[in-house]
Amino acid sequence: MSQATFVAALLDPALAVPEGLLDPEGQPAGRRFDVYRNNVAGGLTKALEAGFPAVRKLVGDQFFAAMAGVFLRAHPPQSRILMLYGSEFPAFLGAFQPVAHLGYLPDVARLEQAVRESYHAADHVAVPLAGLTPEALLERRLRLAPSARLVRSRWPVHAIWAANMAGGPAPVAGGQDVLVLRRGFDPEPHLLPFGGGDFVAALGQGQTLGAAIDAGGDGFDAGAVLGLLLGQEAIAEVME
Amino acid sequence: MTIQTKTLAVASALACAMTVSVAGVASAEDMEKCFGVALAGQNDCAAGEGTTCAGTSKMDYQGNAWKLVPAGSCATMELPAGDDGMARMGSLEALDRDMAM
Repeated sequence: MSQATFVAALLDPALAVPEGLLDPEGQPAGRRFDVYRNNVAGGLTKALEAGFPAVRKLVGDQFFAAMAGVFLRAHPPQSRILMLYGSEFPAFLGAFQPVAHLGYLPDVARLEQAVRESYHAADHVAVPLAGLTPEALLERRLRLAPSARLVRSRWPVHAIWAANMAGGPAPVAGGQDVLVLRRGFDPEPHLLPFGGGDFVAALGQGQTLGAAIDAGGDGFDAGAVLGLLLGQEAIAEVME
Repeated sequence: MTIQTKTLAVASALACAMTVSVAGVASAEDMEKCFGVALAGQNDCAAGEGTTCAGTSKMDYQGNAWKLVPAGSCATMELPAGDDGMARMGSLEALDRDMAM
């Protein structure tokens, strides 16, 4: 029995128990292997349910469990670390025919994956900006916290998330950019105003604060987004 | 945006942040109390299914056996892409959507 045969049988209940697996009586360990492969599928399904609660709510529990069964067989874990399992789930949703009519679903999954990555990202110490004049700050580059994640969508992804997870109002059409920030221990998705996505993306590319504000475009409320970054203690480093 | 506008925006954000950090002293204590208590579902160990065998049969819905339709809250959120949707598509594709900073 090779490892490949074992893994194939693990993920396909239609396949026979791999040869050489014996129970204490020396018989083929059929039922024991069934329990084991059920645990594998069940455990991964639960990990996906825990990671993507909004997607699950959107499609319903039964549909989600069934879809998870398809996903986990197409994309078994590449790492033994279960906490981030599902990074391929958004792309999978984008190509999975039964949810093709729910165009926003992949981006909702991206947001949920971003929240989870943020939760598990490294801690940081917020840098105090008090010693710098606004003029000097405009010439500096800002490094955001390792737990910061930007999710940009042509769907109202924050509103869809909020309607399902936080009792928010029904979403209206239109794109939304979301910045996930973690002040302390729990990440929170923040809806960015117009231009905020371009601003944060420019900061992430290493542009100066001044240039990033310009990237936000006419009508971008720089004070609001900078206030958000400061209030959430999301600036990890000020660089020359 | 002019340099004056930008300076003003940065100055006001800095001033706001100072007020917040004074008012925010209590929040460190709150966080300490919550230490180790994660948001529901985010640090579950996702342990297995015990000793039941329910998931082993063809019930595991594979490939062309797929018959279900979504039956959750998506029914209440049928959304057309926004007017700006198409315009933003290009930048969406060029971007790493979940950018680590």
